Amino acid sequence: MSLDAIVIAVLVAAALAVTLGSALGWAASRIEPDAGSLVEQIDALLPQTQCGQCLYPGCRPYAAAIASGAANIDRCPPGGDATVRALATLLDRSQRTLDPAFGAPKPAQVAWIDEEKCIGCARCLPACPVDAIVGAPRQMHTVIAAQCTGCELCLPPCPVDCIELRPAPAVSLRYRQPRAA
Amino acid sequence: MTELLLLALGASLVNNFVLSNFLGLCPFIGVSRRFEAAAGMALATLFVLTIASGLSFALWQWVLVPLGLEYLRTLVFILLIAGVVQFTEIMVRATSPLLHQLLGIFLPLITTNCAVLGVALLNVDRQHGLLESLVFGASAGAGFGLALLLFTALRERLDTADVPAAFRGAPVALVTAGLMALAFMGFAGLGAR
Repeated sequence: MSLDAIVIAVLVAAALAVTLGSALGWAASRIEPDAGSLVEQIDALLPQTQCGQCLYPGCRPYAAAIASGAANIDRCPPGGDATVRALATLLDRSQRTLDPAFGAPKPAQVAWIDEEKCIGCARCLPACPVDAIVGAPRQMHTVIAAQCTGCELCLPPCPVDCIELRPAPAVSLRYRQPRAA
Repeated sequence: MTELLLLALGASLVNNFVLSNFLGLCPFIGVSRRFEAAAGMALATLFVLTIASGLSFALWQWVLVPLGLEYLRTLVFILLIAGVVQFTEIMVRATSPLLHQLLGIFLPLITTNCAVLGVALLNVDRQHGLLESLVFGASAGAGFGLALLLFTALRERLDTADVPAAFRGAPVALVTAGLMALAFMGFAGLGAR
C-alpha cells in the first residue's frame, strides 16, 4: 500500500470524526437550551426527599413546574426557608418564606423501624420513593439510614405503626443541604 | 414498490434480525425486563437504525467508493453509528428525562448493538440503493422492536409464573427466546427474501 493511500485513509477518518463531533456539539447546544439546564439547576437546589408535599410526584417534576412557571417556589417544607431563599436568588424572585399551606418546615429526620413490632407485611416497601427500606414478606424490615430522606410516606401504610421518625444522625449522610447561591 | 414491500417484510419478519440472524441480542436480553423501557429502546433503535443506514449508504456511495477506501467500512460505520447514537441520547435526554433514566447504560450501548452495524454492512453487501437502504434499516428496526416488545411481554408474565427454581431468571428467558425463534421460523413460508 502506498503512503498516499494511508494518508488519505487517515484524513477521511479524521475528517469524519471532526464533522460528527462538531455536529454533535452544535446539536447539544441547540437542543438543550436554557429551559433544560434551568430545570437541572432548580433540581439541584431541592432537597431530593421525593416526598410529594409540593403536590408534584417528586423533586424533578416540581423543578420542571417551577421552570415553566406553573408552580411557585414556596412549596417545599423539607427544604425550609433556606431552599426558598436559594431558589429566589437563582430565579431572581422576592419570595423569602415557605407557604404554610404545604406544611411546616421540619428538621432533617430519618425513618426508624421498631423491629420488635414489625410483622413483615412489606406494605411500606412500595411507598418508599427512594427504596430505602430493606425487607420481604414475613421478614423483618429495616431502613437504610443513608438513603432515607425522611419523607414520612412509609408511615400511613404501616398497619402496626412501628415506623417512627428520628432526628437525622448526620446531616452530610443523607440530606443534601440547600446550597446558598 | 412490490420489491420494497418484500424487502421490508423480509427484514422485519422472515429474516428477523434478533430471532433468525441472532443480531442485537444484548439489548434483547438486557432491556426486556420492563415494558416501558423496552418500548423506548425499540423506538430509539428504530430511529438509530433508519438514520444510520441512510447515512452509511451516503458515506459508502460518495466517500468510500470514490476514494477506494472500501476496507475502512467497519471503522467508518462504527464512528457514524456512535455519532447517531450520541445524537439520539441528546434528543431523549431533552425530550424525556424519565425514559433516559429507564434506558440507562443501554442507550449509549445501541452503538455496540450489532444489528445496527449489521444493517449497514448488509446494505453494502446487497448493493441496496438509498431508498432500499432506508427501508431495510427501518424494517430491521421495526422487526427488532417487535421481537423485543413480544419478548418483554412474555418475561413480565414469567415474573409472576411459578418457574422451577433452577430455571428462574436468565435460563427461562433464554428458553423463551429460543421458542420465539422457532415460532418466527413459521414466517419463512411467506417467500420474501
